Amino acid sequence: MTLVNLKPSDEFEFKPGQGKVLLLACGALGREIVDLIERNRWTAFDLQCLPAKWHNTPDKIVPALREKIREAKSRYESIFVLYGDCGTGGDIDKLLAEEGIERLEGPHCYAFFSGQETFAKTAEDDVTGFFLTDYLARHFDKLIWEGLGMDRHPELLPLYFGNYTKIVFLAQTRNEELAKKAMAAAKRLGLAYEYRYTGYGELERDLKARA
Amino acid sequence: MSDDGELDLNSLNDEELVQQVHDDLYDGLKEEVEAAVHILLGRGWTPYKVLTEALVEGMRIVGVDFRDGILFVPEVLLAANSMKAGMFILRPLLIATGAPRQGKMVIGTVKGDIHDIGKNLVGMMMEGAGFEVIDLGINNPVEKYLAAMEEHKPDILGMAALLTTTMPYMKVVIDTMKEKGMRDDYVVLVGGAPLNEDFAKAIGADAYCRDAAVAVETAKSYMAKKHNQLTAN
Repeated sequence: MTLVNLKPSDEFEFKPGQGKVLLLACGALGREIVDLIERNRWTAFDLQCLPAKWHNTPDKIVPALREKIREAKSRYESIFVLYGDCGTGGDIDKLLAEEGIERLEGPHCYAFFSGQETFAKTAEDDVTGFFLTDYLARHFDKLIWEGLGMDRHPELLPLYFGNYTKIVFLAQTRNEELAKKAMAAAKRLGLAYEYRYTGYGELERDLKARA
Repeated sequence: MSDDGELDLNSLNDEELVQQVHDDLYDGLKEEVEAAVHILLGRGWTPYKVLTEALVEGMRIVGVDFRDGILFVPEVLLAANSMKAGMFILRPLLIATGAPRQGKMVIGTVKGDIHDIGKNLVGMMMEGAGFEVIDLGINNPVEKYLAAMEEHKPDILGMAALLTTTMPYMKVVIDTMKEKGMRDDYVVLVGGAPLNEDFAKAIGADAYCRDAAVAVETAKSYMAKKHNQLTAN
């Protein structure tokens, strides 16, 4: 449902705590989701995010999702989960099947930003590629460099990244600053750099279907 | 203590020194671990005793604290790196002295996956436990596993995957082994962060190993079963 009591020229600002459909998302998608809601003037959605740093510790995701879902189920018409499988080995899907809730299609955000088909087609060429999204490029230092302990122990770099050959920056927005950050990350890791603009890919499609 | 305030490893008795190796492994102090290995060997310890009592036991403690959420991946990697340095000294000596062999394992990360941190750790701990380990590296197609089994005749096949998208390839390997009538000739152990016991069961593996210590224990128990069967026959 789109907002009808605003002129197209009026700014539309997302306000949490409203909306009948709860979007339960990884924090790494929060900015993109809010941008899509505001651009499309969707009023149907409320949004709650779980910490994006759980990217490095996926075993924390499912228990927290379960808690959020059970707490929110009676208060919303429906819930849509914005996670991939995210390294949980199918445990998110098991939980969602039990709860009767849908999620974004695909194993991870790299696939749904690229589009499942495109991602599958390039999978073989990208086997030695380390993916960055806008979020990961923005928070590379905190989430990856420090998160994997390379700030304290740079000698770990070859153990983590020795088998990679390139950084593939899957860009959701055309943002030069982020591209520079992604390029700097590649340089720091000693890897080649590849830029691919994806836009919001299937994230936009799947949200639109529930707006 | 030496004059500059640093601990002189030579001043420690055997028991203290082994305890110190455990601490240094825990703290990822590679040079200290190497030095202690040399000292223990110099005191007449067999390479196998140094390996099991100092290095493997030290890594076991690291593994327990990793499982309990006290240590994290970077610390485990540093510890593993230190153990690797110790193993580097011991490996030729172990071969020369004919240390006891538990069995043979072929291990590799599956096709489409280049992650090898866990797999390398398992390989090292298996070697520490007395297994001969043939490491196929990363991104292995089924043909490479089959060729390695043919060539090396291992007791155990180990497969690793870190990605949700690549772990189903383990089933491809196991199904191919079944087609060729060779599945029951090997114990198949699988591991990797997104896997679990249900998955291992569903694809027809013998066991899921949640970490390197479990892999070693599981491998040992399968070897013991095999030994018992052979003795009974």
